[in-house]
Amino acid sequence: MAKVLMKGNEAIAEAAIRSGCRHYFGYPITPQTEIAAYMAKRMPKIGGTFLQAESEISAINMVYGVSSAGLRVMTSSSSPGVSLKQEGISYLAGCDLPALIVNVQRGGPGLGGIQPSQSDYFQATKGGGHGDYRLIVLAPASVQEMADLTAKAFDLADKYRMPAMLLADGTIGQMMEPVELPEDMRTAVYEKPWAVTGTQGKREHNIVNSLYLVPEQLEKKNIERYERYRLYEQNEVMVEEYMTEDADVCVVAFGIAARVSKNAITAARAKGIKAGLIRPITLYPFPKEAIRKAAGHVKGFVSVELSMGQMIDDIRLAEGCAKPVTLCNRVGGMIPSPDEVLKAIEKMEGGEF
Amino acid sequence: MAVVFSKPKALTDAPLHYCPGCTHGIIHRLVAEAIDDLDILGKTVGVAPVGCAVMAYDYFSCDMVEAAHGRAPAVATGLKRAMPDRIIFTYQGDGDLASIGMAETVHAATRNENITVIFVNNAIYGMTGGQMAPTSLPGQVTQTSPYGRDVKTVGYPIKVCELLSGLDAPYYIERVAVNSVKNVTRAKKAIRRAFENQIEGKGFSLIEVISSCPTNWGMTPQKALDWVESDMIPYYPLGVYRDKSAKEAE
Repeated sequence: MAKVLMKGNEAIAEAAIRSGCRHYFGYPITPQTEIAAYMAKRMPKIGGTFLQAESEISAINMVYGVSSAGLRVMTSSSSPGVSLKQEGISYLAGCDLPALIVNVQRGGPGLGGIQPSQSDYFQATKGGGHGDYRLIVLAPASVQEMADLTAKAFDLADKYRMPAMLLADGTIGQMMEPVELPEDMRTAVYEKPWAVTGTQGKREHNIVNSLYLVPEQLEKKNIERYERYRLYEQNEVMVEEYMTEDADVCVVAFGIAARVSKNAITAARAKGIKAGLIRPITLYPFPKEAIRKAAGHVKGFVSVELSMGQMIDDIRLAEGCAKPVTLCNRVGGMIPSPDEVLKAIEKMEGGEF
Repeated sequence: MAVVFSKPKALTDAPLHYCPGCTHGIIHRLVAEAIDDLDILGKTVGVAPVGCAVMAYDYFSCDMVEAAHGRAPAVATGLKRAMPDRIIFTYQGDGDLASIGMAETVHAATRNENITVIFVNNAIYGMTGGQMAPTSLPGQVTQTSPYGRDVKTVGYPIKVCELLSGLDAPYYIERVAVNSVKNVTRAKKAIRRAFENQIEGKGFSLIEVISSCPTNWGMTPQKALDWVESDMIPYYPLGVYRDKSAKEAE
């Protein structure tokens, strides 16, 4: 298969189409607008829908409509826009509807900036909207993964009937890299007997709904949903472990922070420091087992993040505070340099934390 | 013996939860009769609102989706784009459509989205216990306008049909009422028309139905119907506000 040079955002769009998604709804916001522009060009040519909605709120509710009909559908946005979508995401979760939401993160809070960030980690992995629910959260670290994880997200969303979020950042969204795209990226076909496609006089009416006024029923619904989440947690953890086997210092980072960290680890190894990297690819479920395993032999962990320290909490929870964890971070659109990460590794190696 | 009157197939057997004297029941029936008459039950998908009609998903026997507050036109847009050959309707109240969902309403209308919107205006938030609505009349006493709606501080009611007919796109907009036999007959015709337009692919049709809320207006059912006639209809004149078929016929 020939490789083509693509922007990360475009790779998401093309991979979505090749995963069978024919409906896209969005609202312009930097730094992800290339996804909408790509869909605006492609969808009309293949009988699909591209619709620029009047707001992020409307876009996610259009997604809700298409998903109710049992079809693959997506929206994309960046941090402030994803905040607006949270109502709809909670409803999708409450109705067990699959959908893909892409967040190409920028700095916040508020209007923040337009440069890359990872500060929506809490929002993506801990809920975001109201009520008890979780999202499938995947974190690409290359343009190839922007494509591959888009296909994976559609698959997991259908399989577990959960909304999926591709949690990217402005860097990966804007960067160009060679990427391989199979013609058909669908891995399986999922039956959707719950979809509201019209009864055709052949069955009882289907209802897509998240309202349960009887508390016992709502409790039951929540418990059943979490049983499904547990299966997802058990079966679908994705993690890359890089030079962790003999590591004394373990860096944990995802997305663009993981790529910077790899350079720092190479530099550390050249200096004789045994450093390694755990790169969560699923942020929910968090790769707890890999962290626990590393905790058995490392001096400590360094969490490298483009936030004030969000994933660091999950690292501490996973290793049960057995080993120290330090934070190496830049925020507001800044990215830690390999030198900054190297310094953090050296400090941990020297027992400074 | 010939059956001359029966429950429409488009209604389920679930008992309606509406208050005594509320006209939602009549409006449900008119929608169901239109679906039956046009023989589209098997290919219709309805979108229920948040508000008094939230449980409409249990009452209509077609496939149903429950939307977030005000978002029904966006959800209906998704459904229609996904299934252009299905008939999609929304059933919304005044808070849902004209307050929190105004953006969704206006933009679905201006896209001439090929959907049918049934808009029930009873000038009050019923489900939450009688608060001021975007359509509450000037001076109307509600739980959140206890001294009467003061237009100087909270503004004037929104006239949805007048507002939407300022747009170029929408195909059909009509305001009806269900406070008398004559008006119910007209409402039935209008609702049927709104579904026919969609079947013919004409685009956005909205029927505003002036409804009564005896419970939250603090009136008997009869008094409430009288108030529709004496106070609401003069403020919200009945009639066709947009009919593009007239232009097509020229």
